[in-house]
Amino acid sequence: MADQSQVARSRRFLALEGRDINKETFVTPWAEAGLMVVDSPYDPAPSLRIENGRVVELDGKAEADFDLIDRFIAERALDLTVAEEAMSIPSLDIARMLVDIHVSAETVRRLVFGCTPAKLVDVMRQMSPLEMMMGLAKMRVRRTPANQAHVTNWREHPALLAADAAEAALRGFAEAETTVRVARMAPLNALAILIGVQTGRGGVLTQCAVEEKLGLTLAIKGLTSYAETLSVYGTERSFVDGDDTPWSKAFLNAAYASRGVKIRFTSGTGSEALMGHAEQKSMLYLEARCLLITRGAGSQGVQNGSISCIALPEALPGGVRAVLAENLLASMLGLEVASGNDALASHSQIRKTAKLMLQFIPGTDFIFSGYSAVPKKDNMFGGGNFDADDLDDYDVLQRDMQIDGGLRPIFEEEALAIRRRAAQAIQAVYAQLGFPPITDAEVEAAVTAHSSDDLPERDLVPDLAAADGVLASDCGLLTIVRALHAGGFPDVARNVFEMGRQRVAGDYLHPAAIFDRAFRVQSSINDTNDYAGPGTGYRLTGDRWNEIQSIRQAKAPHDFIAAQQGSPAPRLAEAGQAYVGTMPEVVIAVGPAFGTALVRTINGLDHEAVLEALLTGIASEGLIGRVVKVYHTSDCAAIGHVAARLSGSGIGIGLQSRGTTVLTRRGYAPLHNLELFPQSSSLTLAIYEQIGRNAARYAKGEAPPPVGVKVDNTARLRLIVKTALLHRRETEEVRRDQPPVELRFDWEPALP
Amino acid sequence: MNRYPLAEHDPDLRAASGRRFADITYEAAISGELTDADLRIHAETLRKQAEIAESAGNPQMAANMRRAAELTAVPDEELLKMYDLLRPERATYAQLIALAERLEGVYAAAETGRFVREAAQVYRERGLLRQEA
Repeated sequence: MADQSQVARSRRFLALEGRDINKETFVTPWAEAGLMVVDSPYDPAPSLRIENGRVVELDGKAEADFDLIDRFIAERALDLTVAEEAMSIPSLDIARMLVDIHVSAETVRRLVFGCTPAKLVDVMRQMSPLEMMMGLAKMRVRRTPANQAHVTNWREHPALLAADAAEAALRGFAEAETTVRVARMAPLNALAILIGVQTGRGGVLTQCAVEEKLGLTLAIKGLTSYAETLSVYGTERSFVDGDDTPWSKAFLNAAYASRGVKIRFTSGTGSEALMGHAEQKSMLYLEARCLLITRGAGSQGVQNGSISCIALPEALPGGVRAVLAENLLASMLGLEVASGNDALASHSQIRKTAKLMLQFIPGTDFIFSGYSAVPKKDNMFGGGNFDADDLDDYDVLQRDMQIDGGLRPIFEEEALAIRRRAAQAIQAVYAQLGFPPITDAEVEAAVTAHSSDDLPERDLVPDLAAADGVLASDCGLLTIVRALHAGGFPDVARNVFEMGRQRVAGDYLHPAAIFDRAFRVQSSINDTNDYAGPGTGYRLTGDRWNEIQSIRQAKAPHDFIAAQQGSPAPRLAEAGQAYVGTMPEVVIAVGPAFGTALVRTINGLDHEAVLEALLTGIASEGLIGRVVKVYHTSDCAAIGHVAARLSGSGIGIGLQSRGTTVLTRRGYAPLHNLELFPQSSSLTLAIYEQIGRNAARYAKGEAPPPVGVKVDNTARLRLIVKTALLHRRETEEVRRDQPPVELRFDWEPALP
Repeated sequence: MNRYPLAEHDPDLRAASGRRFADITYEAAISGELTDADLRIHAETLRKQAEIAESAGNPQMAANMRRAAELTAVPDEELLKMYDLLRPERATYAQLIALAERLEGVYAAAETGRFVREAAQVYRERGLLRQEA
């Protein structure tokens, strides 16, 4: 007797439990802990009071109660000349302006500069994800979208870093970021990716994510050209726990700019809750505060979209929408947006890709604030939501939607060549500067490597000593340029030098600045997003669209049917106009390309062998088969219809050149049949013989069981292009006015 | 009016060393003629970039660039120390005021000095100053 207390399990639920989505963590909201993406009951209502040019109340808080962040926003972020006007406009109206193509980005932005954090959130509350995407397409500051790569490896191998950085640059990434496993390696990792990207494509910006002071030191030395580690937080306690204040961060921003180095701030939903100081506020409200600090500090931009905290909002209802909202808020504030998608956010390929679409389709300044250009285990940022194994998928997504996601497809040969050049360049620099040698074997391993598993062991201790030496000495950008030149890499040296020279101009300090391969700066100033509805803004056309289409997997149409073409079947010959038979026979009618323009079926069966199989089957039942060729149609049912009409028994087999077969009877309606074999790729010679046998049995008046054919659900997916092209080729042979002809087949069945 | 990008349109563009932008060449780098100061941004260039930011409707960025222009005068080591002092609980009120005075007096960094004074005031109100020993 079964235990009655045991609850039956649904096999469907058990199957679902095994899916990747059920490896995720989902939690119900808890406002008190800040585990709520928007609409915390503790979020303030929007409010602003200005007296004598001073903010005396901000989002329900009196000036006397202002914390660090309120003070900074009140003093430095809000445009008080427009604030009263902006705060008096209903949030719904501002939300509608965001999606209205007749309202310019500039018009919206003027009002946004007068909005308090709670007001900004209230605008977002009115919007669906689709509307936010429309808003993002308009408010993104740079017209041309771009992408950033993460380049790291757990071995911290310089040749592999250089090779991967070079490949990333070749693939179109406009920025590359590295970091460290061992903090002291920072100078050498920064050096390796600098040389790597400048080998791959001149003008790619690089950074090394490390502690703030070390980061600034690397930038001053010219080993990096930007930084984005300036994290800001939405509550005072989180900020102070992060060992900074809005003023220290703003000072650091100015310090970088004083050395001509681009800076991006970092913020994102969930960080305050993770640090335990959310103060009961919703994630989006706190992020709005972060973004106003970023604007107030005069930063050119931000990486947001939850970044390393992404799994936290994604555990909550509405989390992915809120992350899109924070990207949109940043762009509304005129900030460059590097829109997340970087940290590992989901086990589910469906979920991670669906989330990506929210940034990919509208386009952002950097769709990823770090696409892992290396495999997950080599990603020292903690995984990478998309990684090197997804690169072909990403290229195909761009091609599918005619969307510029910032990358370009490349060929294996060019990847190998650029990787070799970069690995040799870093080898030469190490030799010139007296660093621990990089052997030829290490270079070769780096050229073909997928991950650091493919690299030999390297002694980190002398490398770390060399890294310390870089910091202790005056080794800087000019040292590297001279080493590259002396080592025989003047092309790379010129690009590295140009990165240094561009600092003198400071043009790339403006929002969303990147360089093209001619080192022409592209920023919100000279590549201003002018999207105003269909026909405006960035359009993927011309050379760039051609480049994105040209994935290495795409074949020319002709290549698909090459295997079906060849010398005409030698044993088939036409023998005059076909006649209506009177014998107990089966007629096989073939399509107009059969044995001539095409000589093999879709799965490579020789046309003569297929006829042999059918005729053997017919003969095994003691009947004769006769073959005719149809010219006036290429349609399978119509060909079968002719076969039945000409057959003495009234039973006919229609056979298209690609192998699709129908078994039918005289008098049947054109689309009716005895048996149909639509999936030509599943048909074997043995099956064709069975079809012949069944045809003969129908002719004898028997009722045989239908021939069993396995259904292959992926056949259509795999073969649809080939099927279409084979059918097209057959149709090309159609002669409308030509009646069917007899075919003499020079073959005799081996009778039992 | 400054035309952006300055690298293309400003004939007077110079490095911190005073070297003309056009004379910052690869050949000069290789021959050993260039020094690090030839690859540093000039305060004047940052002021021009500030004007560009201002006319692009970004007064906050313009202010940051003006502070940056002032900070070009501060040596690297000292710049890092100044940043450290502004972090929470690193400096007393008096130390921050001394920093502001040094910025204003030694480096003629009036805007940054004012910025540090503002920080000192807020830190005092929010209890973020280093406790006097």
